[in-house]
Amino acid sequence: MKLIYEKSVEGRHGVMPPASDVPTTIHIKKELLRNSDAKLPELSELDVVRHFTELSRRNFGVDTNFYPLGSCTMKYNPKVAERIAAYPGFAHLHPLLPQLRMGGMLTQGALEVLYDMDKYLCELTAMAGFTMQPMAGAHGELTGIMIMAAYHRDKGNKKTTVLIPDSAHGTNPASAAIAGYKVVSVPSDSEGMMDVEALRKMVNSETAGLMLTCPNTLGIFEKNIKEICEIIHSVDGLCYYDGANLNAIVGKARPGDFGFDIMHINLHKTFATPHGGGGPGAGPVGVVKKLVDFLPVSIVVKRDDGTFALEYDRPKSIGYIAPFYGNFAIILRAYVYILMLGKEGLKAVSENAVLNANYIKEKLKDYYDLPFGQTCKHECVFSAERQTKNGVHAIDIAKGLIERGFHPPTVYFPSIVKEAIMVEPTETESKETLDIFINTMIELAKLAKNEPEKLKAAPITTPVGRLDETAAAKNVDIAEI
Amino acid sequence: MSFIANTPSQQKQMLSEIGLSMDGLFADIPKEFLTKEFNLPSGMSEFEVRNRLADLADKNHIDLTCFLGGGFYDHFIPSAVYALISRSEFYTAYTPYQPEISQGTLQAIFEYQSLICRLTEMQASNASLYDGGTALYEAMMMALRITGRNKILIDDSVNPIYRVMIQSYTKNLNIDLEQTKNEQGLVNRKALLEKLDDGTAAIIVQNPNFFGCVDDFTDLAEAAHKKGALLIVSCYPISLGILKTPGAMGADIVTGEGQSLGLPMSFGGPYLGFMATKKDYVRKMPGRIVGRTKDNQGRTGFVLTLQAREQHIRRDKATSNICSNEALCALTALVYSSLLGKDGLKQTAQLCADKASYAWQRLTAVKGVKSKFQAKWFFNEFVIELPANAAEVAGKLIEKGFAAGFPLSRYYEGMENSLLIAVTEKRTKQQIGMLAEALEAVL
Repeated sequence: MKLIYEKSVEGRHGVMPPASDVPTTIHIKKELLRNSDAKLPELSELDVVRHFTELSRRNFGVDTNFYPLGSCTMKYNPKVAERIAAYPGFAHLHPLLPQLRMGGMLTQGALEVLYDMDKYLCELTAMAGFTMQPMAGAHGELTGIMIMAAYHRDKGNKKTTVLIPDSAHGTNPASAAIAGYKVVSVPSDSEGMMDVEALRKMVNSETAGLMLTCPNTLGIFEKNIKEICEIIHSVDGLCYYDGANLNAIVGKARPGDFGFDIMHINLHKTFATPHGGGGPGAGPVGVVKKLVDFLPVSIVVKRDDGTFALEYDRPKSIGYIAPFYGNFAIILRAYVYILMLGKEGLKAVSENAVLNANYIKEKLKDYYDLPFGQTCKHECVFSAERQTKNGVHAIDIAKGLIERGFHPPTVYFPSIVKEAIMVEPTETESKETLDIFINTMIELAKLAKNEPEKLKAAPITTPVGRLDETAAAKNVDIAEI
Repeated sequence: MSFIANTPSQQKQMLSEIGLSMDGLFADIPKEFLTKEFNLPSGMSEFEVRNRLADLADKNHIDLTCFLGGGFYDHFIPSAVYALISRSEFYTAYTPYQPEISQGTLQAIFEYQSLICRLTEMQASNASLYDGGTALYEAMMMALRITGRNKILIDDSVNPIYRVMIQSYTKNLNIDLEQTKNEQGLVNRKALLEKLDDGTAAIIVQNPNFFGCVDDFTDLAEAAHKKGALLIVSCYPISLGILKTPGAMGADIVTGEGQSLGLPMSFGGPYLGFMATKKDYVRKMPGRIVGRTKDNQGRTGFVLTLQAREQHIRRDKATSNICSNEALCALTALVYSSLLGKDGLKQTAQLCADKASYAWQRLTAVKGVKSKFQAKWFFNEFVIELPANAAEVAGKLIEKGFAAGFPLSRYYEGMENSLLIAVTEKRTKQQIGMLAEALEAVL
């Protein structure tokens, strides 16, 4: 399909700006102007509409296909949230309004949303305060580590190291490193959990903290979580909870109760804000009481008269990590989700997410290797190692699924599992959908055994077949200029 | 209400088929951690939620005529933008890990990367970053990686919101961040050149700068390059409809806030950080990148590329910790600019500049009001000096129906009477005239 720039026809116009009602005065000297026009396409509105509609048809989304992409939590996005985010009272609100004199009173509705979210998230996680500023999960991680550093600096501790399990998301070590810490990897044990004895030996006075996902990236709840947190706390380290998998326990259990001190929540995962083809998301960060003073500025507070205000006077704060109040329109969508579900609905989220994952795990365990067989939480990790004997790899299973109308699970992650296939059905999928998926996976396992070459050729019904990624990295062609 | 499909009887059936109970599914969580009751409201119906949120939206004053800017602008958004980005094939998809069924997102990002290159006259762009401030911070980190040096020079005419963000991010790092103080609203060339030395990684400047003033940094790029340093320019994409581009000035890394390209202001986000650079620096650039390649039958297609820089492969050695982008916002910018096209963007930029020029004439004609700086050239934003405290005056103008501008005292010493005023193509001659009259009345 042609690029939009290749469809350009000289002199054609799409949407036109309004006519000018003021005198046109070239008031900027010529040397400061660009010498040729920016090469944007020249198209009619219909040209543009057709182009992007056609592009949209070359995509799988949750609305079009089952999307069990492990660790990404591709649940259904309620339409009401989109509608509310487009309310002019939210969409047209300038972020600098509250910074005018008495300006907070001009944005009471938005501030109330932020304040309520803080309180709701605290209740769900047993944290004492949240910042809404982080604009993605990884941004939340960085914010959390910056808070960790500020805490140690404030106490006069010179700690240099952050411990991270070998099964962790790659963003964990990257975030810790970018915040200035040395990263030390903690091994997993034979059950897929953190090796507590190894951890005990690795902890010392240099330990600033630990970053942990729980349930972990294998979908397994760390049964020694209390002990792990105690080991870290014994050297005044802080425990960071990667909330990527909070959807497995939301409404059931709270990270703060386990012993975690800092955490982020990927709102898009747990509270169903759309993933947008790779963003925007939101990654609010919560902390326990002793860390509240270090949260970024500003924080929304409720005054005695019931009105809301932004508080900036926080001398221990790590400062600004976003220009304003985070991805407000995303926070708003998550707020809508929480209001609609309420406490009963949120509990049902984790129960059904866990039920659906275990249902798939049990139904497929005879057909694919299951490196860790215990009850999983929101996702289950298979291995296609058995299939590799016939030359079929996890990626081939993935492509076979594409051919049959499914978005594939996550493959080759977590890296500690060979030929990993990580399935996360989420709570919004029905038994009927799961059954069709299960049957398809069984069909693929049989195909891998009997006609492996058929799988190697997939997919053939898609707009393009398997793409040459090596060539893409070698001959870097990343823009049509 | 909830969005769960399984009925209680289906749940029961599923549990019995796998030989577990609902409690059994959570038996691995120590009992002491299983919460019995949350202090949260009960669920609501869609009808109730929409009513509640409509009430909250009504408490926000969007009725004020907006002359607020500061890097975030009230531009017109064509209807087709929302119609297209609302297609759920875009917004309910995720990162295009499986390229065969993600060509829509992938090609859109490739076209977006091309757009950013064309706007800025640079050779390479990533798939977008969180916002203009984090993009500038990432550009700074990139300059440190490229040069292996640790000194950064930044002028205070760069958006103060971005500068405070950079300060937060660099607190734990060994970076020598030196600020220069603007000279009459323009970058302080003398101070920057004095501080520029063999240890300098980059000079950071902005165009148009925070005061709206337009500049040409070609000389700074040359001076930086002579010392082996880079020039980083933060810019405002609409202005690139008419203004000399950072690429033409010789900038090495260009960043900016893409909100003005079709994104609503939404009280601070989500926004769009863009970043472009020279071809030589592509492998040092953070964030996702989409590349063009061929499939097994020779057809053109698009994939995520240069992933060896990224954290899922390099972990703590990655170029950055960013593993997402603002894909839907990047798509918005692409759709918006494609609808406007070559002439539409130029005309929009021209309208902004013309209306700002008119507003400047009208406001500086008010008794006691004058231009703050000697600098003659500005784009769509400018600073006026009032005979009274700007925050107080802006407060009085709110009562008359105007978000009249941003008082600079919050970020700049000695600018108590200065007001930063932004004008977009949406402001009419009449609104500008009414603001001038209102200003006259409150002074």
